Amino acid sequence: MPQNLELLPLLPEIVLSVCGTLVMVLDAALGNSRKALLGVLALAGIYCAGVGALLSNQRPGEAFSGMVTVDNAATFFRLLVAVVGFLTVLGSMSYLRRESLPQGEFYALILFSLAGQGLMAVASELILLFLGLEISSLATYVLTGFLRRDARSSEAALKYFFLGSFATAFLLYGVALTYGATGATRLTAIRQALDKPDTNLSLVALAAALLLVGIGFKVSAAPFQVWTPDVYQGAPSPVAGFLSTAPKAAAFAMLLRVFFIGMPQAAPAWTPMLWILALLSMTVGNFGALLQTNIKRLLAYSSIAHAGYVLVAFTARTDHGVTAALVYLAVYGFMNLGAFLVVSHLAGPGERYLDLEDYAGLGERQPFLAALLALFLLSLIGVPLTAGFFGKFYIFRAAVNAGLIWLAVLGLLNSALAAYYYLKVLVVMYMRAPAPDAPAPEPLPAALAATLVISAGATLVLGVRPGRLVDFVQGAAGW
Amino acid sequence: MGVLLNLVLLLPLAGAAVLLIAPRDHHAMLRRLTLIFSLVTFAASLPLAFAPVEAGFQMETNLPWMANPPIRYHVGVDGISLWLVLLVTFLTPICVLASWRHIQSRVKEFFLFLLLLETGMIGVFIALDLFLFYVFWEVTLVPMYFLIGVWGHERRIYAAIKFFLYTMAGSVLMLAAILWLYNASGTLDLPGLGREIAAGRLALEPGQQTLLFLAFFVAFAIKVPLFPLHTWLPDAHVEAPTAGSILLASVLLKMGAYGLLRFCLPLFPQASRQLAPAISTLAIIGILYGGLVCLVQPNMKKLVAYSSVSHMGFVVLGIFSFTQLGADGAVYQMLNHGVSTGALFLLVGMLYERRHSLEISAYGGAATPAPGLAALFLITSLASAGLPLLNNFVGEFLVLQGVAETSFGYAALAAGGVILAAWYLLWLYQRVFLGEPAEQVSDRLTDVGRRELAAAVPLIVLMVWMGVYSKTFLARISASTARILEPMELRVGSPGPPLTAEAQRRRGTR
Repeated sequence: MPQNLELLPLLPEIVLSVCGTLVMVLDAALGNSRKALLGVLALAGIYCAGVGALLSNQRPGEAFSGMVTVDNAATFFRLLVAVVGFLTVLGSMSYLRRESLPQGEFYALILFSLAGQGLMAVASELILLFLGLEISSLATYVLTGFLRRDARSSEAALKYFFLGSFATAFLLYGVALTYGATGATRLTAIRQALDKPDTNLSLVALAAALLLVGIGFKVSAAPFQVWTPDVYQGAPSPVAGFLSTAPKAAAFAMLLRVFFIGMPQAAPAWTPMLWILALLSMTVGNFGALLQTNIKRLLAYSSIAHAGYVLVAFTARTDHGVTAALVYLAVYGFMNLGAFLVVSHLAGPGERYLDLEDYAGLGERQPFLAALLALFLLSLIGVPLTAGFFGKFYIFRAAVNAGLIWLAVLGLLNSALAAYYYLKVLVVMYMRAPAPDAPAPEPLPAALAATLVISAGATLVLGVRPGRLVDFVQGAAGW
Repeated sequence: MGVLLNLVLLLPLAGAAVLLIAPRDHHAMLRRLTLIFSLVTFAASLPLAFAPVEAGFQMETNLPWMANPPIRYHVGVDGISLWLVLLVTFLTPICVLASWRHIQSRVKEFFLFLLLLETGMIGVFIALDLFLFYVFWEVTLVPMYFLIGVWGHERRIYAAIKFFLYTMAGSVLMLAAILWLYNASGTLDLPGLGREIAAGRLALEPGQQTLLFLAFFVAFAIKVPLFPLHTWLPDAHVEAPTAGSILLASVLLKMGAYGLLRFCLPLFPQASRQLAPAISTLAIIGILYGGLVCLVQPNMKKLVAYSSVSHMGFVVLGIFSFTQLGADGAVYQMLNHGVSTGALFLLVGMLYERRHSLEISAYGGAATPAPGLAALFLITSLASAGLPLLNNFVGEFLVLQGVAETSFGYAALAAGGVILAAWYLLWLYQRVFLGEPAEQVSDRLTDVGRRELAAAVPLIVLMVWMGVYSKTFLARISASTARILEPMELRVGSPGPPLTAEAQRRRGTR
């Protein structure tokens, strides 16, 4: 039985799991009229987990015989997923009521998923990383199929589950090969083993490739992105927003751990892989998005492209690059979740209005929501004075700094290309007359409005003064 | 004095903020508010015209914005940019007047975007930090995109997207180059970079310099626009509402030319020299091609748009002649073009408001029912065609003289553009205003009203002033262009073509 203080490194995950269980138990006990309390409980749990992450960072270092390492980077990722989870819960309350979905299960699944992502952030051992990934993934598989009566949602869940399991198998293969080559699963031990002359480096390179398949799937990097549009389209919109931000960030945390801490010596092998993945993701994502008319599919392809931008930063393999990637993930969390939540409200009961055409004249019909969506889209384009701009700026600065001029130029051209499809949405919203049979605007629920205002505020503030976030992240990047 | 410049930058922004909270249905009030804010901005910017004649930057404000990367809010003006700032603040009230009746839907948003655009444009001309410059450069993009796309004509959406993507494609390359420069020098401060280069601490290899030059150059050339990157311009102009066309032609195109002068030449002198022949050739092609297209253009706005391609060719030609006269003429021509082409678009907009057609064939004999409008149009056309005593003459003359110092052939070819301009503009005037008025023309063609006169007359006054007494402007311009040209020639290994005795004498006296 570990001492109390020894539990501190895993405090956030403990809080989240306990809270999730509590939500499930109370779900059965509470009457239908008081289910809203569950949401409040979930929010409180996530808040406490965030505080717990900061507390555990007071005693950084290894714990549980080196299976867990609390450091600034881990704390950053834990806080990031907590914030995203908080906003998701707050923003999906009205959605769940509108679609009459079971609230308790939803919140509990989000909490468990966050616990898994927290584990991915702190784990410094391959098996625990894998466990965290699975906890997070299983919850998100269920969340994807949460619209039980919607065939598309069930299909999405199945697809996500099958392809996800397949990718996980690759990942496990990678873990096994790593163990075979180095005789270790702890990342620091792997690193030490790689320094020994008798380690088979080509086996490690193969392992890295397999690990990258698994992680690439989770961050929806091309060529492992095929599931993304279908899953995002089928999943409930708030879940799609969540999927594109929190699990992605956690998977990137895993990439950071495994490759940068675990096997830096194999960098000559995995850097070109990252390079190719980055370029492919940006290109496939942006070209795919050009043709989309469904707003959720469009955002799905855009999220593939954005994964590519983050990969550019990792390809740089410098502190600058890691800082840029972390900043970008935070920024992306706000703007993309915000966009998906606006979509979730505009889609109306049963998510009927998802076609680009349904947004015609939105600027006149619902000026506030249209302005918010416009802000998120401009940030996704990377227009200055929005957070997205600084995100891209840091990424491409890191790339140029690391001598990846061509990748930077191709990435920048990609982001210019991306402007086209985001603008298409703006065009429909502001430059077209509303359709005569356009649905009457529904009142914006207070919780959702608060979520959107927070996201928009963060997008604007980080667009003018990113300094504090960057300072914080730099502390994290220098682990 | 630095406070003043910040005030000029922020006043339109404050106006936009006021508009944001103003009630949306009081159209008259919204218009008046915008007019007041734009006039106050203009008044605040007037002292710039009396700034001391100095070669370097003045009225500087230099505050830290961010520590890492070291981005500073560094603004200031020199003899070139102060006139461009004045051009912006001068034209914005005119644009407000031009949109008074023309804009009837979503009035609040329109004027909001107009004021945001004003801040962005002023920012571009006063930013002395590369990053700040890029921010303002991009910030102008969004309001203009909406001005074209929401309040434009039939094919507005196509034009708006084309405008956005062309500019964006150019500017991301510029961003890459800015990042590279920062990486090599550790600073984003423009004067700082200039010092590094002058001291030889930032030595770029020729190959690198050419690539970086091109990255900046393409962004600016798209904006100018230089042939063959001009294809977005006719679309954007034709589809934009009058105010959009005026600002697009008068100011946004100048941002490109200004960028060439402010960044390309000082930062990459060797590459500028090396590529000057190719660029000059493109400029001349643009001058002649633009003029020839104007001759066959049935649409008035498109005609004026192509005339911009032709006129802006002179500016580029002047800049890349690397002569004092050429550069002075180029800057002067930037201002001239802003005034006279702005006026042309304003007058074409007035015609459109009356007859809802931009086709030349829909008019004829318009001078009979609208003599005042005809007179304004004639003066503007003559100014644009380069009639002596009017503004364009001075600019074109200086450019041609400067170019002739280095290459007589270029000057001779470019002079063809002047002849073409007289041809297509006078012919345009003849077809629209002269002859027997057709029945349906005189029906709806009323003469200019008081509001329209208030918009047009200041422009006409300026055309005459700039044509007769160019000294007001040129003293400050020359001081600053000389400063830009000076290090260029010191640092070039092989000096340019030998200077004529006349030019040497001129340079000696400066």
